[in-house]
Amino acid sequence: MKQKRISRKAIPYLFILPWIIGFLVFTIGPLIFSLVMSFFDWPLAADPKFVGFGNYIEMFTSDKQFSKSLIISLKYAAIFVPLNMIIALFLAMLITQPVRGVKIFRTIFYIPTVISGVAVSILWGWILNGDYGVLNYLLSLLGIEGPKWLVDPAWAILAVIIASAFGVGSMMLIFYTDIKNIPIDVYEAATIDGANPARQFFSITLPIITPTILFNLITSIISSFQQVTLVMLLTGGGPLKSTYFYGLYTYNNAFKHHKLGYASANAWVMFLIILVLTALVFKSSSAWVFYESEAGGVAKKGKKSKRGGKR
Amino acid sequence: MKMSKISKTIIYILLGIMALYFLSPFVYMLFTAFKTEAEAVAYPPKLFPAKWLWQNFADAWNAQPFGTFLWNSLLVTVGTTLGQVISCSLVAYGFARFNFKGKNVLFMVLLSTMMIPWDVTMIPQYMEFKMFGWINTLKPLIIPAWFGSAYYIFLMRQFLMGIPKDFEEAARIDGANAFQIYWKIFMPILKPSLILVGVLNMISVWNDYLGPLIFLQDRSKYTLALGLAAFKGVHETQIIPMLCITIIMIIPPIIIFIIAQKYIVEGTSGSIK
Repeated sequence: MKQKRISRKAIPYLFILPWIIGFLVFTIGPLIFSLVMSFFDWPLAADPKFVGFGNYIEMFTSDKQFSKSLIISLKYAAIFVPLNMIIALFLAMLITQPVRGVKIFRTIFYIPTVISGVAVSILWGWILNGDYGVLNYLLSLLGIEGPKWLVDPAWAILAVIIASAFGVGSMMLIFYTDIKNIPIDVYEAATIDGANPARQFFSITLPIITPTILFNLITSIISSFQQVTLVMLLTGGGPLKSTYFYGLYTYNNAFKHHKLGYASANAWVMFLIILVLTALVFKSSSAWVFYESEAGGVAKKGKKSKRGGKR
Repeated sequence: MKMSKISKTIIYILLGIMALYFLSPFVYMLFTAFKTEAEAVAYPPKLFPAKWLWQNFADAWNAQPFGTFLWNSLLVTVGTTLGQVISCSLVAYGFARFNFKGKNVLFMVLLSTMMIPWDVTMIPQYMEFKMFGWINTLKPLIIPAWFGSAYYIFLMRQFLMGIPKDFEEAARIDGANAFQIYWKIFMPILKPSLILVGVLNMISVWNDYLGPLIFLQDRSKYTLALGLAAFKGVHETQIIPMLCITIIMIIPPIIIFIIAQKYIVEGTSGSIK
């Protein structure tokens, strides 16, 4: 009898056992090991040598590429994250309008996100080509002489941003499902009160979706720091290292220059920057994010009451 | 809510402009793939090919062992999808339908692992897989998927939390054990969630570039994404074959997405709640 009770207690742990093993072997183990490696000079083919904080000191003092790549990635995030969110929100507002056939547009806007970064880089590398690219042809019809997107250091980062904005659909879908859940009677009441659509957007829709804006802001900051595939294949980090993103810098230090310890230190600095940025965003959120449980349940009471409980 | 004709027209115009931005690259690529190389770089460009060269696709496909790459991609996609669906549903069931010591802490840990950038763990993972003798095999791409993935577990757990408690009560009275209840009662209910996770995983694995790039070396082991990228490196000046393979590669995820669209939209709605 006693044995049976013990085994019953073990059952839940058996269910989550796959994740526990995976967590130890593929996540926390490598995470700790990576921190250890960051204190070593660790070539791929020779014995590792302990260097203390040497890697970190080198990064902040003698390695000029470190700060350059960091600034490039910060610049990219600073332009791309807000731009992407505005486009995503704009598209989400469009596809929630009560007009016929709008679902087809939802599909069209989302399709680019299911395509490989490899394919996206080939597609945009070809469209943005300075010699025969179709974008510059279209610009020339408007009387504009297009830049040599991928060859001119001043324009290459914009080329990367244009290509990454192609995947705006996933964020659009998150905004879309949130806006869809806002009960229609809130808007009807506002219409009776004489609020025009712009007013309704800024005083109803926008405040209600601030938690989703927060979610999208954090996930896109994280992903913009990890952007590697697209720059690797679209620009290769060039021209003149103008798009040598931090993720690419880390990757190349590890797998091209075989400086595994140094690259681990690079990765940890990136991790810490992400954590600090996320913490700052969270901290600021109390000033601009409204949860309906605090706001006295103005709008979504009942329909989305689950939300407060699950957070 | 009623809309005036004018605002409807404005909305359709805006939808049309945006659709043009998202669709025209694909349409233009599709037409160009049938052109000759000279036509493709001609200036000013023409939309339609002078002659539709279907042969372009066969030539591109045969230029490299793309059949092998496709096979490898299929192996990895099917292998990881099976693994994710089974392991994530087990773990999600454990977190959603039981009470046990340390549950909340473990679930918080699970959620926080989503914050760890792959850049941090990829180097030790590479060394680990090297130690296991897995480098240059498909194992590092497939086996970790059999141990679940935080985001998918989270999605399934959210779904399971919504099912009333008395669901398993009846089955327990009938004498079924926990695994039978999970398998016979919850797997069928979980279907929309299983499809969602399966599709999300299929698309992301099929498209993955960095994983194969780090763990595979021989061309005979390449996946389609890696093969296409390598092809780009060698044939930089030949646009047509590159576009042909790109088209072949993007068709499966687009079809899968269109079929499973409903589940993705509903799943996205469930995950942000």
